[in-house]
Amino acid sequence: MTIDRSQGRHLRGTQSAEKLSNSTITGNRALQIEEPLIFEQGAPGRTGVDLPVPDESLDRLGGLKRDRPIGLPGLSEPEVVRHYTRLSRNNYAIDLGFYPLGSCTMKHNPRLNERLARLPGLADIHPLQPESTVQGGLAVIEQVSNWLKVLTGFPAVAMSPAAGAQGELCGLMTIRTCLMARGDPRAVVLIPDSAHGTNPATATMCGYRTESIPSDTRGRVDLNALSARLGPDIAALMLTNPNTCGVFENEILKIAAAVHEVGAFLYCDGANFNAIVGKVRPVDLGIDIMHLNLHKTFSTPHGGGGPGAGPVVMTDELAHYAPLPWVIRDGETLELIEHPERNAKASFGRMRAWHGQMGMFVRALAYMLSHGGDGLRQVAEDAVLNANYLLSGIKDKYTLPYTGPCMHEVLCDDRFLKDTDITTLDIAKALIDEGYHPMTIYFPLIVHGAMLIEPTETESRQTLDQFIAVLRAIADRARSDKSKELHLAPLHAPRRRLDETRAARQPILRWREPAITSATAE
Amino acid sequence: MRYLPHTTEDRRAMMADIGITDIQELFKDVPEEARLDSPLDLPSHADELSVERHINDLAAHNTVAGEVPCFLGGGAYRHHIPAAVDALIQRGEFLTAYTPYQPEISQGTLQALFEFQTQVALITGMEVANGSMYDGSTACAEAVLMAGRVTKRRCAVLSGGLNPFYCDVVETLAQFTELVIEKSRPDAPKRDHHDTLALEAHINNETACVVVQYPDFFGVIRDFSNLSTCCREQGALLIVVVTEPVALGALKAPGDMGADIVVGEGQSLGVGLSFGGPYVGFFAIKEKYLRQMPGRVAGETLDSNGRRGWVLTLNAREQHIRREKATSNICTNSGLCALAFSIHLALLGEDGFTRLAALNHAIAQSLADHLTNLPGIEVLNGAFFNEFTVRLSRAAAPVIDELAEQRILAGVPLSRLYPDRDDFTDLALITATETTTESDIQALVKALSESVP
Repeated sequence: MTIDRSQGRHLRGTQSAEKLSNSTITGNRALQIEEPLIFEQGAPGRTGVDLPVPDESLDRLGGLKRDRPIGLPGLSEPEVVRHYTRLSRNNYAIDLGFYPLGSCTMKHNPRLNERLARLPGLADIHPLQPESTVQGGLAVIEQVSNWLKVLTGFPAVAMSPAAGAQGELCGLMTIRTCLMARGDPRAVVLIPDSAHGTNPATATMCGYRTESIPSDTRGRVDLNALSARLGPDIAALMLTNPNTCGVFENEILKIAAAVHEVGAFLYCDGANFNAIVGKVRPVDLGIDIMHLNLHKTFSTPHGGGGPGAGPVVMTDELAHYAPLPWVIRDGETLELIEHPERNAKASFGRMRAWHGQMGMFVRALAYMLSHGGDGLRQVAEDAVLNANYLLSGIKDKYTLPYTGPCMHEVLCDDRFLKDTDITTLDIAKALIDEGYHPMTIYFPLIVHGAMLIEPTETESRQTLDQFIAVLRAIADRARSDKSKELHLAPLHAPRRRLDETRAARQPILRWREPAITSATAE
Repeated sequence: MRYLPHTTEDRRAMMADIGITDIQELFKDVPEEARLDSPLDLPSHADELSVERHINDLAAHNTVAGEVPCFLGGGAYRHHIPAAVDALIQRGEFLTAYTPYQPEISQGTLQALFEFQTQVALITGMEVANGSMYDGSTACAEAVLMAGRVTKRRCAVLSGGLNPFYCDVVETLAQFTELVIEKSRPDAPKRDHHDTLALEAHINNETACVVVQYPDFFGVIRDFSNLSTCCREQGALLIVVVTEPVALGALKAPGDMGADIVVGEGQSLGVGLSFGGPYVGFFAIKEKYLRQMPGRVAGETLDSNGRRGWVLTLNAREQHIRREKATSNICTNSGLCALAFSIHLALLGEDGFTRLAALNHAIAQSLADHLTNLPGIEVLNGAFFNEFTVRLSRAAAPVIDELAEQRILAGVPLSRLYPDRDDFTDLALITATETTTESDIQALVKALSESVP
């Protein structure tokens, strides 16, 4: 007897099957499942939360009881779990692969930190509990403060800012209040042309006019241009160091001296602290005040766009004006100063309702304790080593606007694409098809077709080697007769290129019940 | 070190590849006199167990709100968060992604944001919402700044019912702009006194906006319909602040009372207390003010194959494009907390959300009834949702402290937020949610009857 081992199965793909593989009945593609909005699912009366039925016979809502339905869909727990699980699979993430998004420091997010941030003793305490019942919470703030002060060399830190941009605002408001106390608020904040957009936006919110300082041919602040502009109307220079061109401002001591000479302050955007943590203390660079992004250098997760945390370290002179609240120690007891009282009388105010991003502090503390002083220094060394290894691997295929070793980011321009019709955007989209998150593109603004690549220290040599090989191959393809294919990328992502112009011209920012047309109403 | 992949051999080989022998060569641009030669005076690296012990020890020095009777509110509320919320936000694809700059591989985050925006618009009764702000207080301040841009006027009037820390944040963030902040005096609640006449008297043709809280900081609920009419007549915007969004399951939507901007704190939905942060601000508006709205926003579009998808849109308002002319300096928002909010609300749905609100209100009424019967305690509110103000026959702060010693978190003494108001010394804010049990109420009643004569 012979046995048909295939049992009727097609063991080998046929040509016709391969041709069909691009389309399915559902639009799904195996593990990648199309998912409608929650508003297009569920059924009235369905819910994913069981609650006791309250007595609604009496209310004391002052006659303002809701008198119409809200319009929320009803979904059971399995439907909700499946919905968000499917959505999650349409996201790229550090857990999934290499995410060299420059300026964002997409390093590994340790899971220990998640566990600790969820301890009931830290996650389930109310911001208005009596001080005596939250001594451990205040100790977390104190300990994170101490680490940040030692790492940066500053004597004080404001812990409440909710994110880097709020840290910048905290810094400039502190400076402005200090200058006002001197009787001279000044009018202008200088910002290098390579800076993050948040810098000028922040200065505007703080009532300052901004002026741009050009970069020199080495991607650094043009010291002559800066010196020429410095004067008694300048409140501060906002400097990012290492800067957004991926290089260290090697003349920073001269810059600081020049800024101080005219009575202005040197604000540092600490977005790139990962390159130098444990290697140099910002206070020793002549910086007066600086924010730190806990979600960058100290690995708190980016969460699809926040929450972050942006503590601000500063000098003693500026600390008088720092925002409330303050945590102070009185012997064995920690106190929370919430009003302009005692030594906080000159504070410029309050930046947000409560004490700070506690959940982020716990994660950052766990991260700092894990690495220790020695490990954090290694973090900076490995981050810079990885960037330079990457630079060395691609420098003959890509064009670099500035020479010399980089810090923790590699910056390329698009001159290597000259005489092709391929753009930086095409390169980025091609990387998506290869399974990578693209680098930051078109930033900094001063470099044409910029590609800013930040590998971080948590990537292995094997990952870097593979990425280098892919970058090289894409550059070759861009200059080959197959370059047209790059315009089509991404081909394999959950979506092809999305029409951003259409989204902006006819904004659809929420789901609405489809209008019932006369045809369907009948 | 467990987070660093390189071995000594890796580092040596990589340096050889670059053409250096010493890592210091890569730091040559750092001025020599500033460089650190050795690690700083900090503890050395630690294994996972040691770190866990250290932080467990810190956690053990706190009184956990969920382990004791807890009646704290005042802008942060203890609600039950369904298990699925935390399980889903801990998926690495959400947790370890960033702002969706590359939409083709960020559709999960973008679709979730679009759903969040829709949910916020629905519960507030507004037309559109953004993709979140840091928290309720900063959302409130941004709304005031936005009203200044929309009306091109300078005066913002803050109701005395606005959370005093929110007032502080508005004043702080507006202090170097052209806006002048006018604060109306907070009053303790009076029964049957729910009108807005006092505020209406402040409004004139120079008023940019009036900011009210709903329910207000003292738990009072007011109808803002007349106030919104008054604002409209004078060309001012009405900003309604909601710090307890669960109330919107029971109360008329602010949009239905004519609000122009509704902002608030979303912590109650999906986000734990966490000692005050991170939380999530929501921001909803009438669509005609869209171009002045701060913050990230997701919008619907099509891909090159004609399939529906989502992108971040209206970027021309934002700092990375507009720099000094942007509507705000905000960059990162509170994405993961917005996701938690959205998942919690998706689980609740229409029936769950309205029932949760009704349950909160029913338990708060029961608590108020119990307290009303105690000597030395007066419930001041006529109307309230899930929190109300009480007057004690003695100073509230020491009573709250005494009860904390007995492991009861009895409420918020108003002196903590209004240190300069001697007439508020004997007032406390007391809150009940669906997590408040009958035995919690009995414990509070017993302790208060012993502590308050």
